[in-house]
Amino acid sequence: MSNVPVDTALEVTPAAAPIVVRAGAKPRRRFVFVRNGKSVTGLAILGVFVVLAVVGPWIAPYDPSKVGVGTLLAHPSAQHLLGTDHIGRDVFSQLLVGTRGVMVVGVLAAVIATLLAIAVGVTAGFLGGAGDEVLSAVSNIFLVIPALPLIILVAAAVRSTSNLTIALVLAGTGWAWGARLLRAQTLSLRRRDFVEAARASGERTWRIVWFETLPNLTAIIASSFISTMTFAVLSQTTLAFIGVANVNDWSWGTVLYWAQGNQALARGAWWWFVPAGVLIAVLGMALSLVNFGIDEFVNPRLRLAGLKPREMRKRGIRPRIGFTATVRDLPRRPEATR
Amino acid sequence: MRFLVRRVVFYVVTAWAAVTINFFIPRMIPGDPVQALINRYQGQLDSHAIQALYVLFGLDKKVSLWDQYWQYWGQLFRGDLGISFSYFPTPVSQVLRSSLPWTVGLVGVATIISVVGGSLVGVYLGWRRGTKADAIVPITTFFSSVPYFWLGIIAIAAFAVTWKVLPTGGGYDGNLLPSWSGAYVGSVLQHALLPGLTIVLSSIAGWILGMRNMMVTVTSEDYVTVAQAKGLSERRVMFGYAARNAILPQVSGFALSLGFVVSGTLVMEMVFSYPGIGFRLFQAIGGKDYPLMQGIFLVITLSVLVANILADVVYVLLDPRTRQEA
Amino acid sequence: MSDTPAPPDDVVLQAVGLTKHFPVRGLTSRGVVHAVDGVDLQLRAGQVLALVGESGSGKSTVARLLARLYPQTAGQVLLHGRPVTALSGRAFREYCRKAQMIFQDPFASLNPVHTVRYVLTRSLRIHHRGLRGAALEDALRALLDRVQLNPDTYVDKFPHELSGGQRQRVAIARALAADPEVLLADEPISMLDVSIRLGVLNLLRDLRDRLGIAILYITHDIASARYFADRTHVMYAGQTVETGDSESVTQTPAHPYTQLLVRSAPDPEHLGDPLRTGATGEPPNMVEPPAGCRFHPRCPFAAELCRTRVPELLPIGAGREVACWGYAPDEPGAPDLGTAKVSQEVAR
Repeated sequence: MSNVPVDTALEVTPAAAPIVVRAGAKPRRRFVFVRNGKSVTGLAILGVFVVLAVVGPWIAPYDPSKVGVGTLLAHPSAQHLLGTDHIGRDVFSQLLVGTRGVMVVGVLAAVIATLLAIAVGVTAGFLGGAGDEVLSAVSNIFLVIPALPLIILVAAAVRSTSNLTIALVLAGTGWAWGARLLRAQTLSLRRRDFVEAARASGERTWRIVWFETLPNLTAIIASSFISTMTFAVLSQTTLAFIGVANVNDWSWGTVLYWAQGNQALARGAWWWFVPAGVLIAVLGMALSLVNFGIDEFVNPRLRLAGLKPREMRKRGIRPRIGFTATVRDLPRRPEATR
Repeated sequence: MRFLVRRVVFYVVTAWAAVTINFFIPRMIPGDPVQALINRYQGQLDSHAIQALYVLFGLDKKVSLWDQYWQYWGQLFRGDLGISFSYFPTPVSQVLRSSLPWTVGLVGVATIISVVGGSLVGVYLGWRRGTKADAIVPITTFFSSVPYFWLGIIAIAAFAVTWKVLPTGGGYDGNLLPSWSGAYVGSVLQHALLPGLTIVLSSIAGWILGMRNMMVTVTSEDYVTVAQAKGLSERRVMFGYAARNAILPQVSGFALSLGFVVSGTLVMEMVFSYPGIGFRLFQAIGGKDYPLMQGIFLVITLSVLVANILADVVYVLLDPRTRQEA
Repeated sequence: MSDTPAPPDDVVLQAVGLTKHFPVRGLTSRGVVHAVDGVDLQLRAGQVLALVGESGSGKSTVARLLARLYPQTAGQVLLHGRPVTALSGRAFREYCRKAQMIFQDPFASLNPVHTVRYVLTRSLRIHHRGLRGAALEDALRALLDRVQLNPDTYVDKFPHELSGGQRQRVAIARALAADPEVLLADEPISMLDVSIRLGVLNLLRDLRDRLGIAILYITHDIASARYFADRTHVMYAGQTVETGDSESVTQTPAHPYTQLLVRSAPDPEHLGDPLRTGATGEPPNMVEPPAGCRFHPRCPFAAELCRTRVPELLPIGAGREVACWGYAPDEPGAPDLGTAKVSQEVAR
């Protein structure tokens, strides 16, 4: 729009030519953030654990608490896939049954903590002013106070140490991280034009919170849920290991508790304490993979664009910043027409 | 400055909250375990000590809750945290004074190595995306998915039992007396090697990943491209421009992660029988030594707060935007 | 579906002495940002009023004040002569039926997780309660037709599947769903590709002609104001400095700032003309604006009077006003605009 004189009798520009939607066009991909390779692998492993958690006690070959089903401290064998402990209990069954305890506490703690984080974080982000300051201060306090000592203290004070209690205590100490994250995201979303446009359109505030803001937060909420679950699993294992959690409720940490308390190390009974740790690591890895997948979705720059690294190395191209390698065949020389 | 003032106010409030939580928790314990223990040690406690314990645990039913609260604060300011039951008759403050330096030394050094080493690796990984070195990430993530203590047990099994290269536990060789002699110091370092390495291995993944992600985000900013176009050496751009900006979220993340680091270290000390605060806590739990448990919780929380303040000071020094007034 | 439209040229929305000061954020609130100070304007049915100014001139704030997105510090907004005080609740919804806003950034003003269908349906449902089923579907299609988008193609698309021009059309459709009398368009084309801009502008003109909507067109491009608007107001540092019909304001600008704006467009016929660069400097600090006329630090004609007294809007012809002491030669200390001054005869 420069000073060039414009003919004010211009025709109205015709509408864009309608695009014909081809039959068999790709269906719209929902939940794209869980579709890349890393997330799928992680979710698959998680799925296996969930299944084990449900059917574990039914398919366990022995009752994990039953004493003397095998020789004491037996090496792994066909009968006892992971050997036995110091009073002849089957380690494999212990771990299998323990999966349920771990998953239940992990998922429960993560769900409660995430709900709490959403409630506090989104509210703080929308309230602003004094309400926001108070909620932020509360979540910051819980964030800074070291979790484990607090958990130990509380667990020691509270009599019952059932799975539910542990889950509640873990949720109560682990929600703050997600709340802070969600508050920051809500604040930045609130300033976006589409929220103002919704207001200018006359939308009610609760509808703006629920239908305009929350759908944009799903990736962050999912990521926060995964992280909290990781924290819950690790903390629960630690609690069981120390002996604060009920040692009669089987979980992977409990197995480690018994192993440590009976000098499994010194006796060389590696089958007692190694598998439990490996299981925790695998679960943690699976959760991390899902998190990576979500990360790459949220921050598209993390995705590797252009050639994959292996192909680049094959062609002798050194990866550099700001450099996206694509390969194009040179145009063929036109053949001689004679 | 305004930023720092706000943070200091926040920390004061958090410290108050921690102390108050500490005040209330023992009063939630059903039964009267402390009273029972006091009765057992009746003859050996002087009235001063008994009074201190009463204040800590609210055993004097005649005093109102509010007055108990004030008494508690007064006692804290005098540095009196009560008498430890499992180390009777040593006062709690003395137990803590002897074990805190061990923890701080171990955690401090290991965390610094983690942060610095992890950030450097992260800078390189973020700068050179797509190399074989990218494989470091899943490897270290595996190690960080494992509880510290399990890694510690494995490490002991590998290096202390099977190969007998390093000691199995303890802070120093029991035959030596604490002094500044070379033998003693050497022994301390030798005993700190395994626990320290385990902490580093477990926590480094988070730093590498965080730094790498931030580097990737920062290097796509225009000012990095400008720096490269100016013809500056790659190293200058990588460190002076990209890393300098990428490290800011790491610093604030560091402060927050301290709580987790401390938690992990506690259990580590139990595994290695390292004579730090965590080990004492472990024993306190076993011996139902409530005064010691309370004291440890307080000290841990306050230490984390102090570390947070230091991290905030570093953040202000690094980020000029926080120094702007209004 | 529509109320009886206002008779043409009737004043629909009016701002009287509109003022907005934003507190400066901080632990101790030091000072305020004088975003808008004493702005008057009238929006008439079937007419376009252009509000021209640089960034920081307060024009977007005026639009948001008129849309009642936040309250003014002083002054009034009058709808059909009656003051509007609603900021939330049912009264606010009643008001925004009449006055709708279109935002500058088409990429940001549509929620990325909602389809076009959802966006328009919400707008229809809020402002026309009881619209359901087939009637709703028909209204949806009518809206898309009105902004020249093929309903079959676009109704189920997400914003990231649309181009900038298409998104802006959807935003206009959303505004039209309320059947408003006033459209507040905050720089609707400045973030679109140049080849698309004319299309969207023509759409707005078409709506003005067919539906008799009053349009407030905010822009920093004074040439498009001449193309599109009937009247033009020029704003600087939160105040109105010149008003008049678009042709006169752009062809014979009276205020030194307007002259600067008009001459700033690159013109190959006047390269190296020394008269072209008259003013220097940058927009003022809005927390502590200059005393007197806010343009005086940059004005080549500034005199003593300009530095001390804030100029009022002085009439210099039919429907033309200018806030410059150069048009009040009887005042002591007034500046002499020389050849830059628009003679009263020309203005008449």
